[in-house]
Amino acid sequence: MRSRILATALAAALGATVAGCGGDGSGGKDTAPLDAGTKVSITVGCMPAKSQAAQRKEWLEDVAAFQKLHPNITIDGKDAFPCIDPNTFQAKLAGGQMEDVYYVYFTDVRGIIANGQAADITPYIGQSKQYPNLDPAVEKVFKDGGKVYGLPRQNYSMGLFYNRTLFKKAGLDPDRPPATWAEVREDAKKISGLGGGTVGYAEFSAKNQGGWHFATSIYSQGGDMVDASGKKAAFNSPQGKAVLQNLKDMRWTDDSMGSKQLLVDADVQRMMAAGKLGMYLGAPDNATALVDQFKGKYEDYGMAPIPGSAGTLMGGDGYLFSPKASPEKIKAGLMWLDYYALTPGQGQLNYARAARDGRPVGIPQPKLFGQNAVGEKDRQLRADAANLPVANFKPYEDAYSKVPGKLEPPQAQQLYTILDSVVQAVLTRRDANIDQLLADAQKKADAALARSGS
Amino acid sequence: MTTARTLVRPAAARSRRRPSRTRRTVKRNLTAYGFLCGALICFAFFSWYPIVREVLLSFQKTNFVGEARWVGFDNFRTVLADPGFTDAWVNTAEFTLLALVVGYVIPFAIAIVLNELKHARAYLRFVVYLPVMLPPAVAVLLFKWFYDPGPGLFNQLLHAAHLPGLSWLDSTSTALISLVIVSTWMNLGSGTLIYLAALQSIPGELYEAAELDGAGLFRRIRHITIPQTRLILLVMLLLQIIATMQVFIEPYLLTGGGPEGSTVTVAYLMYQYAFNFTNFGGGGALGLMLMLVLMVFSAIYLRVSREEAR
Repeated sequence: MRSRILATALAAALGATVAGCGGDGSGGKDTAPLDAGTKVSITVGCMPAKSQAAQRKEWLEDVAAFQKLHPNITIDGKDAFPCIDPNTFQAKLAGGQMEDVYYVYFTDVRGIIANGQAADITPYIGQSKQYPNLDPAVEKVFKDGGKVYGLPRQNYSMGLFYNRTLFKKAGLDPDRPPATWAEVREDAKKISGLGGGTVGYAEFSAKNQGGWHFATSIYSQGGDMVDASGKKAAFNSPQGKAVLQNLKDMRWTDDSMGSKQLLVDADVQRMMAAGKLGMYLGAPDNATALVDQFKGKYEDYGMAPIPGSAGTLMGGDGYLFSPKASPEKIKAGLMWLDYYALTPGQGQLNYARAARDGRPVGIPQPKLFGQNAVGEKDRQLRADAANLPVANFKPYEDAYSKVPGKLEPPQAQQLYTILDSVVQAVLTRRDANIDQLLADAQKKADAALARSGS
Repeated sequence: MTTARTLVRPAAARSRRRPSRTRRTVKRNLTAYGFLCGALICFAFFSWYPIVREVLLSFQKTNFVGEARWVGFDNFRTVLADPGFTDAWVNTAEFTLLALVVGYVIPFAIAIVLNELKHARAYLRFVVYLPVMLPPAVAVLLFKWFYDPGPGLFNQLLHAAHLPGLSWLDSTSTALISLVIVSTWMNLGSGTLIYLAALQSIPGELYEAAELDGAGLFRRIRHITIPQTRLILLVMLLLQIIATMQVFIEPYLLTGGGPEGSTVTVAYLMYQYAFNFTNFGGGGALGLMLMLVLMVFSAIYLRVSREEAR
């Protein structure tokens, strides 16, 4: 009994402490630049880990250079690999351990803003000189209700990632990748015909990644995930059916998708790096992951715009600000991000230094700026320092501005969970009834959207 | 005489002596209190506080930044309205049941065989215990390869025996049992060793007497082994139910809850609510429900353990 009382008292005391730490942190209306005499120290997430020696060296150089320019600001980088882990994100926030300037994926930005877990930085956004040069589509990711909450670091749009070596082996022209889903199906059939466990086309279907790729695919067919109000699911459409029918045909009629399903990104990348996979949907930085983590070769890979090209899902990462960060910290954070992430020739966009450090340069990512002088300068600097076979990514890069980039739907993770099951059914059951699956999924998605009040 | 002297001792003197006796008692038990304090602090911070916090969370809406808001039973209503809620409980019950059929009987049978063996007992005990030493993530990834419908070990073995391959994790009809097999394999060693210890405590004379009476192996198991290990079998049964109802690692690492939600367990759904949907109240509500169910089994377990101690 006594122990129970002790536990309750402890819980109440600690609970009160945790609850007492709250604050809205929405900031004031201070638009003045940071006073050079004000000492500010900020913690920043996603400093490259020690295992990424070159990137870490560059980060530390950038911090030193920035601090020399602004002696009143101290950047305290926090390293982690990967930079964000959904399992620890909320715990860090709850425990008050979240960095002042913290790293996020595009996927999570909406949810975090809706949960009130990011500071409104609108009054201070003037500290970022590059902000007006951002691609409006990228800028939109960090905006909600006219307010700005963060800045991007990397961005991409999904395309078709393919194995040029396997294309050649299958008698296909690697410089003419498939442009439609019908062509993908034909080419996948030829690649899987090589035998020896070679898979023509692979699709993710577990841990919400099946739903995520379904969104990408339906956008490519001109469909949508939710209606204009954002309160009703819109994927039970001819486009949604076409996505699933194509997968079903490739899986069961053509047998070009292999027998193992419930795949996630690492499984598919392993297959691609092992030279056993022809195509999958992905972003340009997959090439780096394949080489760094799975010992692949850059020259084996190529990238094309997403088949159909009626639209594609945008992705990437960036930084939000702790709701507890003071206006001074927010200003210092914006100045750092401007220096490190958004100025061509500096920080992460210093391609010449990256090439000197032996890092791969030339992948068409990030594409943070619109069709303006800053964007042009960034593209030129990258092209000048490129040390990769950039021609392999030319089809993707040429079409980049022509394929409309779309954002993720509201309640993305819930919708992805629901659609994961649909994609799984199509890939694991020969008799899967697509109409029924989509109708059931729509009911669940409508209920989820209604529950969230989005 | 001594008693009489004590009885006439003034009250003031008595009160002076009493604290010194208490002090002596405290001094004598100081080490024990020290150990108790350590245990109490550990339990308070790492068990009781999270439990109380979890209960509170299930009645709150929180973003861990601002103040948490009390929402009554809203979180429970949300999870009860979730179409995956019933499926998760059914999957959990099925997993628990299958784990009992497969995972409960096999270690006991292995323990009996090991107990009967005359040679290589230590070596075989080591071999049986080996999977426990493997980190769960490594064991699970090993099985991911075993279950691969293409080049996976299990299908290769089936093909070698001229049998058709199975879809294992990729089929709604075999995914759950596939997870049970992994779970059983990973926990086999501990169960077997506990049963073996119980078997070795059975007096050998009982078996000798039974043999003289002409009892065969199965009659000896039925009439001696099982009755003599009845309590440990019951305790292990309850512990297994409590452990398997919380199954998470296997679906998380092997199937991600698929195919078609056929391996989404209550613990996995809880994880989805908390970490994928950032609905900690919903996750808390599910956790509380699971805790209440497990408390029933825990109460039975405590009763059985007390009986065993007697």
